[in-house]
Order: sequence, then C-alpha cells, then structure tokens
Amino acid sequence: MSALEENTVPVTRKVTRPAFHRRLTPVAIVYIALAALLVVGSVLVGLRGEVLLDQAGILNIFTRATALGLVAIGQTMAILTGSLDLSVAYLVGLTSLIAAETMGGRDGMIVPGVLLALVVAAGVGLVNGLVITVLKANAFIATLGVALILRGYLEDTYTGPAGDVPRGFQHLGYDRIGPVPVAALLMLAVAALSWWYLSRTRPGYHMYAVGGDIEVARLSVVPTRRTIVTAHVLCSVAAGLTGIYLASRLGSGAPYVGTDAGYDLESIAAVVLGGTLLAGGRGGVVGTIGGVFILATLDTIFDDLEVDPFFKDVVRGVVLVTAVALYARRMTANRARGRLT
Amino acid sequence: MTSGIATNVRLTGITKSFLGVPVLRGVDLELRGGEVHAVMGENGAGKSTLLKVLAGVHRPDGGTIEVDGAEVSFAGPADAQRAGIAIIHQEFTLLPHRSVAENVYLGREPVRGMQVDRRRMVADTRELLDWLGEDGIDPTDAVSSLSVAQRQVVEIVKALSTDARVLGMDEPTAALADHEVELLYDLVRRLRERGIAILYVSHRMREVFDLSDRITVLKDGRFVTCAPTGELTSEDLVRHMVGRDLGEYYPDRAAPDDLGPVRLAVRGAGNDRVRDLNIEVRAGEIVGLAGLQGSGRSAVARAVFGVEPFTRGVVEVDGVAQRVTRPRTAVRLGIALVTEDRKGDGLALRQSVRDNTLLVRRAALSGARSRAKSDVKALLDMVTVVARGEHQEVRFLSGGNQQKVVLAKWLAVEPKVLVVDEPTRGIDVGAKRAVHELLRDLAKRGVAVLMISSELPELIGMSDRILVMHDGAPAGELPAGASEGAVMALATGHGVGDAA
Ligand SMILES: Nc1ncnc2c1ncn2[C@@H]1O[C@H](COP(=O)(O)OP(=O)(O)OP(=O)(O)O)[C@@H](O)[C@H]1O
Ligand SMILES: [Mg+2]
Repeated sequence: MSALEENTVPVTRKVTRPAFHRRLTPVAIVYIALAALLVVGSVLVGLRGEVLLDQAGILNIFTRATALGLVAIGQTMAILTGSLDLSVAYLVGLTSLIAAETMGGRDGMIVPGVLLALVVAAGVGLVNGLVITVLKANAFIATLGVALILRGYLEDTYTGPAGDVPRGFQHLGYDRIGPVPVAALLMLAVAALSWWYLSRTRPGYHMYAVGGDIEVARLSVVPTRRTIVTAHVLCSVAAGLTGIYLASRLGSGAPYVGTDAGYDLESIAAVVLGGTLLAGGRGGVVGTIGGVFILATLDTIFDDLEVDPFFKDVVRGVVLVTAVALYARRMTANRARGRLT
Repeated sequence: MTSGIATNVRLTGITKSFLGVPVLRGVDLELRGGEVHAVMGENGAGKSTLLKVLAGVHRPDGGTIEVDGAEVSFAGPADAQRAGIAIIHQEFTLLPHRSVAENVYLGREPVRGMQVDRRRMVADTRELLDWLGEDGIDPTDAVSSLSVAQRQVVEIVKALSTDARVLGMDEPTAALADHEVELLYDLVRRLRERGIAILYVSHRMREVFDLSDRITVLKDGRFVTCAPTGELTSEDLVRHMVGRDLGEYYPDRAAPDDLGPVRLAVRGAGNDRVRDLNIEVRAGEIVGLAGLQGSGRSAVARAVFGVEPFTRGVVEVDGVAQRVTRPRTAVRLGIALVTEDRKGDGLALRQSVRDNTLLVRRAALSGARSRAKSDVKALLDMVTVVARGEHQEVRFLSGGNQQKVVLAKWLAVEPKVLVVDEPTRGIDVGAKRAVHELLRDLAKRGVAVLMISSELPELIGMSDRILVMHDGAPAGELPAGASEGAVMALATGHGVGDAA
C-alpha cells in the first residue's frame, strides 16, 4: 500500500460537481411539461376556433385540480415515507357522507360535520399506519384491506347520495375570485403547508429518511413507526378534506364519489408524474401539484376536443409511462456517475 | 467534542444470542481514551455484534458495560450516543438523496421554534469538517455526489457530531480505494491525538499493525487474547484467530501441461476507459491484472462482462468471436464476474442464502441448465460460508459471509471464464486461504481465471502471469513470481518498454 503513495489524492479534493446538479430536476421537468402542454393544448383547441384558457377553461382546470390535488398531497406523504395508500378513494366517499349527514342542512352543524369527517379520516389513517407498522403488513395489502372494509360498509349502508349540505357551506365549493375557485386556493395553501412540513420540520425530514432507507433511519435513531403512522394519518386527513370539499360541491354526500373518479390510482399517478420516487425518499409536494395540474389540463383539453374516453386513457397512460421512464433514466445516470472506477 | 477529557470504556463478560444461537460468549474488552484498539477475528466471530452491543443497537443478554467506571445500560442507540459512544457501521448508513448536513444530523436535527434549524445544522457540520481538515466537502452537497472515501468521512462526522468520545469503526477501509485508505489512516491518527478512543475492526493485517495500539482477538464469540500491538507478530495473530498456523503459502501454480486452449482472448480492444488491450487467458491459467486504483483494471473486468462493453476490438470465447454487450450475454457464454463493489451489486438481503446462491443461474440460464440440480451446500462449503443453514436470510449473515455468498452465486453458473475483482476483500485470513485454493482448483478444472487484487503479495502469489495496467492501457506483462518492485515499476509508468 505504501508503494502507492505517489498516487495519493486528498479525500478533500474538491470533486467537480456532477453535471446533474446543473441538469433539470424532476420538478423543473414537470413544470416545463405543464407549460408545454398548455401551449400545445391552446393551439389544438384554437384550431377548433375555441380558447383553452378562457374563463371557463381556467375554472375547469382548477376545479379538477382541487379534489385530486388534495388527495395527491396526502398520497405524496405516504409514498415519500416508502408506503402507499389505496384506501383514499373510499375514504373520500365516506367522509363526504359523514360531513353531509352530520350537517343535515343546518348551518349550525357545519363545524361539527367538518370536524367529525376529519376525525374519522384520521382514525382510518391511524388504522392504516398501525396495521403497517405493528402488524408489519405490506402497505399495498394493508390499505387495500382497509379499502375493502370501507367499501363493504358503504355498500351495506348506502344506496346513493345521502345527507344535506346547507347552502352556506356550498360557498366553499362554488365561490371564486375571478376565474379561480376559492377552494383551489385553499388546496394550494394546504400544499404550501405540506411543503413546509416536509422540507422544514423534523417529522418531515424523518419521512424522507424512512422512505429513503428504513434501516438507516432506524440506526440513526429516527422514530420510524411514528413517522409511518403520521404519514398515513396526514394522508387520510387529506382524503377527508377532499370528501368535505366534494360534499360542498354536490350538496350531499355520495358513497362512490371518490372511486368513480379513481382517486386511488389517479393520486398515485399524480405523485409519480410529479417526480416522487414510488419507492420513497425522494420528491415532494411541489412536483405533485405540477403532476395534478398536468392531469387536470389534459382532461380539460380532451373535453374541449371531445375526444373519446378510450383515447383519453391511452394518452394519460403514455404520459405517465414516459414520465417514469424519464426519471428512471436520470436516476441510473446519476448512479453510474456516483460510482468509482 | 473538543473537550479534552478521555473516556474509558470497559466491557465485561458480554454475552449475546440470536434466536438461541450464542454469538458472543463472554467477551471482555477495555478501551482507553486516545488509543486505537483493534478487534480481529474470523468472519462471524462476533466483531460487528460486539460493536453493536457497545452502540446500544443490540442489548447484551449478560455482562456489564462501564463508562468511566460507572455501569450503564443502553435501551437503544440514543442512550449510547448520550454516553458519548458512536459507531460507524460495516454497512453505509447514509441517505444518498439527502445533503451531507441532513445526513450528519439525521434523527437529531436541531430545531428552532417549529422548524429545523438548517443554518445551524450546516454551520455545525462545516465546523466538524473543518476540524477534521476535510473542508473540501460542502455540507449542502448531496451524498450521492461524493466519492466513497468522502462518504466515509461523512460517516465519521456523523458519529462525531454526537459528541462522541468513543468511536467504533467496523471495517472502515473495506470500501475504500488504496489512496483513500492512507487518508483514513491520517484521520484516525488525528482523532486519537485528540483523545478519542477508537475501536477498530479490520481484516487487513497491515492496517492493524500500522494503526493500532492494542489488539483484541475474538474467536467464535469468545475472547482469546488482548495484547499491545508491538508484542504480537502477524503469525501470532493468525494463530489466535484461526487456531492454527497458516504460514505464508499459496497453492501451486499451473505446470505448462496443465494449460489448455485459450478460453478468453481480447484483441485490440478498448472503450472510453481502456485501450489497446490484448489479453489471452488459457484454460487452467490464472492471469493477474495489476495496476493502481483507476488504472483501468476494474474497467477491463466490467468490459469483459459486458457492463460497460468494449467499443473496439474483438472478444473471443473458446476461439469464437463474440459480441458481449450486456451481462446476460456474458453469463450465457460462461463468463462470470465477481465485482469489487459487492454491496452495490450484491445480494437480495431478505432472501435466503440458497435463493441468493441460485439467483444468477435461475435468471440468466434457460431450461435445463438453470434447473440442473447442483448442490448448493457443496458450493457454500466450497467458499466456507458460515450460516445457520441454506434458508437463513442473507441479511443475518456477518459481512464477510455475505461476500462469500456472492462468490458462491457466481460459481453456481459454472463459468468457463471467471473474472474476480478483489475476491478476498473483507474476508478473514482463513477464508482467504480457502478462496485462493478454490480459485486454483477451478483453474485445474479448466476454468480460465482473470484476477484483480490490490494486495500485491496475493496477486503475485496466485498468478501464472501478471498483466500490469497503467493509465488505461497495458504497461507490460510479467511472469509468475515477479517481484513487487517490478510490478510497481510498471504500474507507476516507470518500466514501460522493458516488460519481460
Ligand atoms: N440480527 C441477527 N440475527 C441473527 N443472527 C445474527 C444477527 N446478527 C449477526 N448474526 C450472526 O452472528 C454471528 C456473528 O456476526 P458478526 O456480524 O458479529 O460477525 P463479524 O465478526 O463482524 O464477521 P465479519 O468479519 O464477517 O464482518 C454470525 O454468525 C451472524 O450470522
Ligand atoms: Mg462484521
């Protein structure tokens, strides 16, 4: 070994920063893609003599983005932590019913209705989290199981919409400032809060750590179980907010409002589209919101163009696969560069 | 951390079993501030487990731990940290996607109000890096952008950031390149000067003799001996560890008529890392590939195996020109590569020893060849894996034994051409011997072996011919038994032209 001394290079040698620091981050890619989509969409819709981003178009995009955005913010936390939640769609339906039924058309019951829906949502998240951490069930199976239980309950108890949301509360669903719905702004506020939580607080740091490598997190005295449970509670609360919002729009609760929109897979798609690793540990809410708006814009464009539903799904599928492939390439490239000779 | 009080630790009669199987059976160890105390022993002797007991990761079943004379009991790593003890584990414990500072303070992030105090985190990390003289690493760099050696520095900073006075290092050099090892030495010496007690686990004799003040030897979870380094010879050490004399010995080289036809031929090959390669390896032959770190040794191995294929020249296997553009093709052609980066390319940790052993064979070979009933047990015995059985999950094996499973995995495909990159890194002396005999044995059975090793005595002892690389190109070829000096002359670019 000593004979090799002439070859000695200090550990401290400043490494030239790998090129990827200068290259685009997934978040940047998402927003560039969103901008490109808006341009292309405007042109396509323009060819039909219409305008994509007129008052109605903007409203449409924001409205679609609000519900999906809320679910996807929660899903981001679950996925970042290395978990996943398949029960959100049924939970959206359940909480819409709880809120609407508790309110029962009375203004005075708005606050109790909202609170009860959120408490139940948090309870479901707690169950998800505990099944995963204490019973050590795989997140996919655990939350699928909870989803099935929720479905059983909903099928058994409801045949259709139920409950009644007072007019006063419907303002939440319909008020807007210019073309932008108030609810969309609230959703963005929730996103901002979540961004702060994930990137500035200890529990947020720990979510990244647990999702990045749970063994490393454990050795570094990160409270892994508590972190996973917290992520699931927050994920479910976000789904609960969605249920409450949808109740205010519908004027009542509806058991399948979440599943009809496919919020379980749709939210996962938005998160992944936003550049968060499905395996966890990397990504964030900012990208997710970009992903949500891409999906919402796509839908709005399709509506304007009146394309048939099958084609719609094909395009969405292609977009998702392309995005994931793009991120995966960058990951392998980075890994290869991080390697020694 | 900069306070000068030395901390002393005493472990007495430590016992620990996993699922009823004793791993530590009464170990005593005394560690003083300002000393480097080496712990040696065979793979699975219990070294890492002892460190983990000290770090509060495992709770001992019996025995006592005293810190500065007071008995302590750790419920978890956090307790040990509070007592000033930190460990650098055999496995890396960093999150590649997070920054250096975030990793250093992981689990102990300073807070201000409701937020993580990022400014303080970065400043404190920088201060520690400066203290170590490692100011080339920026606290805000992503860990994935650092070299392996720099990551090791971050691990050390992470340990020190807990105000550690006692530092356990579990094979800290196993993943380092040669020149990086020297730097780690330096760092360890600086820490010792500052009164930190260092428990140093390593299989490398030279390292232990260079660095340590005292050596404790474990065997089968038992304390064997503890003596000042100066009073021990490497023969003594081996005897204590293995229980018998091994002597400096390598298996006999191939006789001229042991050699068969050329199995692997590389002609005029190159890619963007290496060039002008002409290599022939015959059946029955072990060809050593020497060179400094970065000279392209590993690049040759990776190219032959199709990971980063040659872009020029010809590769022939058994006389037939082949295009090896990916590992799958290589495996089908009977080429196997045991990489130096065994952790990265490694193992399915949660699968059994058996499944890991058969992994490549099942994945890459079709039909009958993949199902060919081979005796997994025989394979594992061949590389002397110490496991509780074929069905034990790999993650419960000791580090060295995990590496042996990787060897077994490649032997399971019954290669015609075997490329081994640092095959004995992290493997204990006794097992090292076994690996040497195994390689020679495979050669005798007609396998062509291409061997890379940074340990010159090993490379020279094993090789029938030595090809020396310098700066991405062959610098010359030396016959069996060449001197270390001759190899180094070529490797450093001083002997070009007068190759034997
Ligand atoms: N968590 C665990 N569960 C079960 N068995 C374990 C566990 N950890 C270690 N062992 C067993 O304890 C024994 C000692 O392992 P340890 O890792 O301490 O060895 P080591 O001396 O560090 O070896 P090496 O030199 O290979 O790193 C091994 O037989 C290993 O299989
Ligand atoms: Mg070990």
